[in-house]
Parts: sequence; C-alpha cells; structure tokens
Amino acid sequence: MASGFPSTVAALAAGLERGDFSSVELTEHYLARIRALNPELNCYITVCEDGARAQARAADERRAMGEAGVLTGIPYANKDIFCTAGVRTSCGSRMLDNFVPPYTATAVERLHEAGMVMLGKANMDEFAMGSSNETSFYGPARNPWRPDCVPGGSSGGSAAAVAARLAPAATGTDTGGSIRQPASFCGVSGLKPTYGRVSRWGMIAFASSLDQGGPMALTAEDLALLLGAMSGFDSRDSTSVDCVPEDFSRLLGAPLAGLKLGLPKEFLDGRLAPELGATLEEARRVYESLGAECREISLPNSGLAIPAYYIVASAECSSNLSRYDGVRFGHRCDQPADLLDLYTRSRAEGFGAEVKRRILVGTYALSAGYYEAYYGKAQKLRRLIQRDFQAAFGEVDAILGPTSPSVAFGLGQKTDDPVSMYLADIYTTAVNLAGLPGLSIPAGFVDGLPVGMQLIGNYFDEARLLGIAHRFQQATDWHRRVPALADKV
Amino acid sequence: MAIGADQVTAIARLARLHIDASEVAGYGAQLSRILDLVAEMDRVDTDGVEPLAHPLEVVARLRPDVVTEPDRRGVLQQGAPAVEDGYYLVPKFIE
Repeated sequence: MASGFPSTVAALAAGLERGDFSSVELTEHYLARIRALNPELNCYITVCEDGARAQARAADERRAMGEAGVLTGIPYANKDIFCTAGVRTSCGSRMLDNFVPPYTATAVERLHEAGMVMLGKANMDEFAMGSSNETSFYGPARNPWRPDCVPGGSSGGSAAAVAARLAPAATGTDTGGSIRQPASFCGVSGLKPTYGRVSRWGMIAFASSLDQGGPMALTAEDLALLLGAMSGFDSRDSTSVDCVPEDFSRLLGAPLAGLKLGLPKEFLDGRLAPELGATLEEARRVYESLGAECREISLPNSGLAIPAYYIVASAECSSNLSRYDGVRFGHRCDQPADLLDLYTRSRAEGFGAEVKRRILVGTYALSAGYYEAYYGKAQKLRRLIQRDFQAAFGEVDAILGPTSPSVAFGLGQKTDDPVSMYLADIYTTAVNLAGLPGLSIPAGFVDGLPVGMQLIGNYFDEARLLGIAHRFQQATDWHRRVPALADKV
Repeated sequence: MAIGADQVTAIARLARLHIDASEVAGYGAQLSRILDLVAEMDRVDTDGVEPLAHPLEVVARLRPDVVTEPDRRGVLQQGAPAVEDGYYLVPKFIE
C-alpha cells in the first residue's frame, strides 16, 4: 500500500516492535481508510474512533514500559455478534439495534488483554443467519473485489474489512461456514477452530452445538497468532474444552514431505463450478510439488450435511431466540394491547424474514410429534457424518476441498430463494456438524473474483492445519493480491 | 411436503411470532420448500444409530454450589424497555 504500512498482523507487529510507527499512528491510518471506504463497502456497523484511540494510546504506553506482547497495538474488527461492554452490539438485527451489553465476550476480553485495538463492529447477516450478508438490518456489506457482489456471510463485514485493508484482522463466527465462505468470497484467510476451542461466552447464540468463534486475516501465520490469543478454557462456557495452551505457530515451518491429503470425491461432483475444480486441481499440484501425497477419499454421508444442518441449526435457533421477548432487553413494540401482543409484535418487528423463517422451521421441527422425524433424525445423521470424517482421518492427515461451490454471486441474486442460498454452504456445514477445525485460504481467481480452498483437520489439529496452509501461502501469492478499490486510498 | 395456511398460523403461534395474514401463503411456500430439502434426510436408514447431540460429547461440568456472580441487577436492567423498583414492566395480564 502507498501508505508505507505493511498489511499483515505479523509484519505490523514487527514494525511496532522496531518502532517504525506507533499504535496510535497505525490506528489513525486504519480509521482514515474506514472513513474513506466504509460508506461504499458498509463493512462496519459501528466504528469506535474514540475507543480505538484510547486503546492505541494504552498499547503504546504498555510498549514503552516494556510490557508489550506480539499483538499489542494491532488494530482489528469485531464481528457485531461479540458482546462489547459499552459498545452497541446489534448482531445485525433491528431486535438489538438499541442493545449496549453490560459485559464483554471472553474471546474479545482476551484479545484486549493482549493489547489489541478494536476499530469497530463488523457487519453480518442478522443473527449470523445468511450466506451473503444481505439479511443484515444495516444493509449488506459489499465485496471489495466487486462491490455489486456479496462478500459472503455471515461474517461478511469482517471478511470485506480485511480484504479492503480496513482492518488487518477480524473476528468471525462459524455455525455452518460463516467464517470460511466469506473468507473464500473476499480472498482472505479464515479459521473455524475445533468446537470448544474458543469460548462462546458473550458471543450471541445462534445454534449452540455448532457455533464457534475464530479469526480472519490475510495469512495463516496471522490466524495462528490470533487464535493463540482468543482461545482457551473458560469456565463460563459449559462446552469450553479444557486443553493445555499451545503455540499455534509452532508448525508453520514444518515440511510437508510425507503429508497425506485427502480429496473427498463427493466434494468434486457436478455442483462445483468447473473453473473452481480447476483451481483446486492446481492447488493439489502445488501440494504435491511440496512433497505431500494427495489421494481421493470418500465422505459418503456429506450430501446429507445441508438438510441435517438446517434442522439442527433452525431448531437450536428457535430455542435460543425465544429470549427476545420485548421484556428484558432489545426491541419492544409500541402500545402493546396485552402480554401476548407484546411478545408476538416485538418479535415480528424486531426480526427480519430469514430469521423468522428459521424460527418457524425450528419450531415446527421441535413440535410435538415431529421431534424424532426431524431433530432426532438429524442427530443420527450427524453421527454418520462424524464417523465418515473419523474413517477419513484414519487414512489421511488433513482434507483438501473447495470452500464454496461458486465465487461471490451478485447482490440480490439469491435473496428470493432461501434454498439456493443454503446450498452455498454445501462444503462447510459437515465440518460444523462434526465439530472439526477447518480453514479457508485464497487459491486463485475466476472472473476477477477470489476462489478459496478449504483444509479440514482432525480435532484440535489447528497447528498442523495452519502449517499446511502456511506452506501453500509461501509457494503462492493469491493471498497477497489487493482489490483495486482498496488501493485507491 | 406442503405446509398449509393453518399450519403456518399454528407454528407462528407456538413461536410467539406475529405474521400478517398477507404473509401466510408466502411463508407456507418457503417452509414447504425448506422441508422438501430436509426430506432428503430420509434417504439414509439410521435405525440403530446413536444420535449425536454434541460434537465432542462433553458432559456438563460440576462445580461447588457457591455463589460466584455478584448482584448486577441495576446494570443488567439498564437496557430494559421498562423497569420499576427492579422489576420488568409488562402489560397487565391478570385481572
């Protein structure tokens, strides 16, 4: 970039450490870029200029005292699903347009303890339900590579902000692909960790057995740094996994000779656009040239991931979103006639169409007489999908496949047909159902739009997964491409 | 699977979601289409398969039965639409 600031977290950390620039200067640089480009891209719902400056000053003071860590003074964006004390947390919904949380999510608290500087709250699909950012109450974020295209979703604002260099890193959440798919559409890197790795406390719940927070950035190396800071056991999250803290960067330099990568044949069927298949084939050649052995594997039940996912996710969402009743916080309708009117009208006014659809589907699936046929059946399929992955990891070290069946589509192209939108998550939902870690990194371009590829690892194997991704990024330069629009300022 | 107007209304009532009469048919069509997608689940025989509720099958942790949270009622109620004397206010529902 013309500014002279580097773009990656690792390079910015080195610059801060050397004293090339201060966190205050770096933060002003990003705030200026946000002022210039956010009106067009709509990546941020809320920009925290004053808060960011205060955190940047504190970071510089900490550095002056010799107490800085590697992330101290690095700006970033938080998906607006993470509660931030004193800063409006909308979850992309009219329901929470007025909601200022009295507490901060654990993952965010940890990033701030590391000294990171929050630039603002990133746009997202309403309650993380969507694959295009178009369900946001605040209007869609736009794809920096082509502003008439969607950035993907639900963490679309986070992905677009990183791609447009309106933040060097961002948080996201991934329930069915919501970190990986927008990372793919915007040409950035994104990691969905193993379920239980990152605390869900203070992260507004969508589908609790699937939701997992994770980092988004330009490189796998940066993801490793961010994951190290945001993960770890939290007694306030009942499904947090108590594992020994680890250095996720430790395998970044590991050679790939002898590594076994599996390509699921079910991911390479007719639903994958041919040009994207070619990109994946090229990625396979890169890995082979680095010494990895690639072989075909089978995930026989992966085709059932979408239907099983939409039952599990909708059922859990209908339960989680029952808390929005117009009584304790969030939107309340005017002049309720009685208590029932207060509930039903507050919810009708507060929620958008996609959220309502999922609440209705989930309510139906959980209603008396239907539970076994829907939720029970979906949980059984979930077991089969998990077994498929475990069988695959008996043969290979990691799985390589597409992230999404297409590149970013046009704004409005799929909004009339919810089911066609759901199919954008066809390669990502199985990973959530099984609770595995998965990441997406840039692997090429089609028609000027980025193509991502997905790497899936076994439980708690994030360090190796990041190492495999890092080797690819050392051998290719897709992740270094900058959208023309981002270069204008 | 076709979801009729009566069913949409019944589900909406269970979900405490007001739906305008003009929207019922649209939701019915969309729900039917989503349930058609979901019906693909029936292609696989899952008899005897143990359901998987949670990916890592963690069991709930136990902790000593002691108070760990301070009383933050005032702070937590700051975002409430209407409160009085520490209580949430709703329309009168008992005559």
